[in-house]
Amino acid sequence: MSEQPPATFEESEEDTANDTVEIETETEIETPVSTGASSVIRALEVAGVETCFGVQGGAIMPVYDALYDSSIRHITMAHEQGAAHAADAYGIVSGTPGVCLATSGPGATNLVTGIADASMDSDPMIALTGQVPTAFVGNDAFQETDTTGLTAPITKTNYFATDSDSVGDTVGEAFAVSGTGRPGPTVVDLPKDVTNGQTDREPGKPRTPSTYDPPTEADSEAVEQAARTLERAEKPVILAGGGVIKGEASEELREFATEYDIPVVTTMPALGAFPEDHELAMEMAGMHGTGYANMAVTHCDVMLAVGCRFDDRLTGGVETFAPDAKLLHVDIDPAEISKNIAADVALIGDAGTVLEQLEDEMERAPDIPEWNDQCTTWKAEYPMDYAVPSEASSDDSPTSSRTPQDRPLRPEFVVEAMDEATSDEAIVTTGVGQHQMWACQYWTYRHPRTWVSSHGLGTMGYGLPAAIGAKVAEPEKQVVCFEGDGSFLMTCQELSVAVRENLDITVAVLNNAAVGMVRQWQDAFFEGRHSASQYPWVPAFDKLAEAFGAQGFAVHEYDEVADTIEAAVAYDGPSVIDFHIDPGANVYPMVPSGGDNGQFALSEDQL
Amino acid sequence: MSGESDPQQVNGLQGPAPEERPHPSGRRNSQGIRIDPEVEAEPAPRRTVISALVENEPGVLAKASGLVSRRQFNIESLTVGTTTNPETSRITLVIEESEPGIRQVEKQLEKLLPVISVQELSSDAIRRELVVLKVPGNEPDKVQAVAQMYDGTVLDAGPRTISIEITGDEGKIDDAIDAFQQFGIRELARTGQTAMARGDVWTTDVEEERYERMHEDWRKQSTTANDD
Ligand SMILES: Cc1ncc(C[n+]2csc(CCOP(=O)(O)OP(=O)(O)O)c2C)c(N)n1
Repeated sequence: MSEQPPATFEESEEDTANDTVEIETETEIETPVSTGASSVIRALEVAGVETCFGVQGGAIMPVYDALYDSSIRHITMAHEQGAAHAADAYGIVSGTPGVCLATSGPGATNLVTGIADASMDSDPMIALTGQVPTAFVGNDAFQETDTTGLTAPITKTNYFATDSDSVGDTVGEAFAVSGTGRPGPTVVDLPKDVTNGQTDREPGKPRTPSTYDPPTEADSEAVEQAARTLERAEKPVILAGGGVIKGEASEELREFATEYDIPVVTTMPALGAFPEDHELAMEMAGMHGTGYANMAVTHCDVMLAVGCRFDDRLTGGVETFAPDAKLLHVDIDPAEISKNIAADVALIGDAGTVLEQLEDEMERAPDIPEWNDQCTTWKAEYPMDYAVPSEASSDDSPTSSRTPQDRPLRPEFVVEAMDEATSDEAIVTTGVGQHQMWACQYWTYRHPRTWVSSHGLGTMGYGLPAAIGAKVAEPEKQVVCFEGDGSFLMTCQELSVAVRENLDITVAVLNNAAVGMVRQWQDAFFEGRHSASQYPWVPAFDKLAEAFGAQGFAVHEYDEVADTIEAAVAYDGPSVIDFHIDPGANVYPMVPSGGDNGQFALSEDQL
Repeated sequence: MSGESDPQQVNGLQGPAPEERPHPSGRRNSQGIRIDPEVEAEPAPRRTVISALVENEPGVLAKASGLVSRRQFNIESLTVGTTTNPETSRITLVIEESEPGIRQVEKQLEKLLPVISVQELSSDAIRRELVVLKVPGNEPDKVQAVAQMYDGTVLDAGPRTISIEITGDEGKIDDAIDAFQQFGIRELARTGQTAMARGDVWTTDVEEERYERMHEDWRKQSTTANDD
């Protein structure tokens, strides 16, 4: 998969008048199209799809039957939510839409969480759902749900297929729309009579409809105005969003930032958009961002934001977000401009193109040595650090007599150890909770498309199915999944898939026997009343892994960490390490929701 | 756990406490607009008409109305009907939003794939609404007189009820309803506003081009028909 060039999204020559985007791919034609279902599969082949994820069922059976003759690899998942997350992760890592399939009714509703997740994070993904025959629609037939109705608010667009002749082109359009412009999930609902119906019509190349016309170049006057503003800035920052990665603009970003020496802050989806070991990297801003990123964001006078949507976890209260900054906002989606934070200059276009336009327009670098010093000072003032209780020093009890409870494992230490044991290009996926935040904070991201997480929706259980999708998309890369005990329990059945497909992934469960993020908030905001947040019933995850046929490990002590990680990473197949971490560990810095980013708390007593 | 003070809970994070840090002087309002802290005014909402030309396909109305509701846009009315081209429909929305809200309505509508073009109409646009109201039939002459004042048409008159239709802009309809209130309005149905740009201006920006193209197609068709 990784050797194959991804489908490219280019303007087709013949059809520029119609302003559609056609996707160029190469495929060999196999069996001729005979039914709606076979034209659906042909459309996927023509789109260059090599893998899809799904679960069988009554209404989608014709499509699976057509898949039987195709070279497209199908990975049966344990649950449709897993199929959607795997397809989503495949899309994030490969940059081309991931494909998932499910039957009508419960199959489709089980996809919904994954589709919503892809929608919040603007990930390219296409879901094909079976539907009861058209004549039964609206009668509450067996396994009928209004899938297009359910998914309308969580898709870029969706389709209800109406006839066998055109269904292949509909699938092609859904594929093209999903991956073009600002990506997003699309759904094609496939009534059984449409997929069973006869047709010999070969679907064409995937193309977007003529009404869809994403911008590329920003208005030149706006570019001029932005360049003049940046040249005169005294305290500029670049805020890189997920759009930098989706727009393949990481190179342009790095060039731009280094040429003008402007510090770069990233949003959470943008981890990897800018190398975190670079001296200009201020890393992640927002609720659990670094202190220095939040100081830079709060005190900047000009902010060049690229491909971000100013989510409330980033901004905190909008009243106090970058309150002195003129905002130069680059986005391919005009609706993001001034949606949450008013832009002073709107640069509507493709991230990489606009950054190049800006670079061409800049006449001089801003004169900001003091600001650069200030940013360096903040880095020194608010280091990302955690205290590992020393083995013997500070207290009188001898090391030998100490139990693991005396020296509970710090989760941050585990994240750093995993980072150290794997390559710079390793892909990280996560569930949702404290473990996800530690994975953001203590892993050093250097490359785009190495960070795969559920940002906007915050879906617990995302990590494992996402690791499966990521590994299938990039079989040559190491894939590490951080999960919490609560989050892992939501989708751990997908281990069966990882074992069956022999996927070499390493799952690190940061087990604190609690839904830790909730427990942290209860301690901070609910007077420590631990309502439904403790998980004393967590299984032994190492044994659970073995029951599935994966390799299982358990770690309680610092001494075991490095060796166990080494063994787990070396194991050729899925492995799970159950890290019994400090159950009291909390995520800081923290900006309480709606708070002032500059007032981040470094510990609970500062909240 | 961490609520109790645990000597092992050394937090490794350091740095000046929040109150020791510098503060920026500026502020934004709740809409993310940088403001003068002395005048923390929120932009006032205003009522306006948005016209959207859309592909005439199933689900388009559901998509548009679903968008309006889930984004909590403050909407007065939404009407839909076909246009000269059977493949397109026009959706007319009357909304009451602040300036940033109006821009969001436009841009979010524009994002829907079946939506071809969206335009906020200027204040001089032609706007019309139709109301049908039913009053008791015991004072037919007085009812007739009021109906005439508003260029109304009596649609149905009987001893028990009289039904009247009135067309006009929103203000006229509101006034007429007020005037009929004296008889006691039994039932009332309003269509919501439809609207069009006034004079030699196209309602949305793609319509001129689409109109030209459609006419060209017609011309071509009629010439090929003549050739046969
Ligand atoms: C599907 C879903 N349900 C509930 C939540 C609310 N939630 C957010 S974080 C969290 C705790 C997660 O616990 P765990 O997976 O153990 O991770 P930890 O925070 O302990 O690292 C919960 C319950 C969610 N984000 N997603």
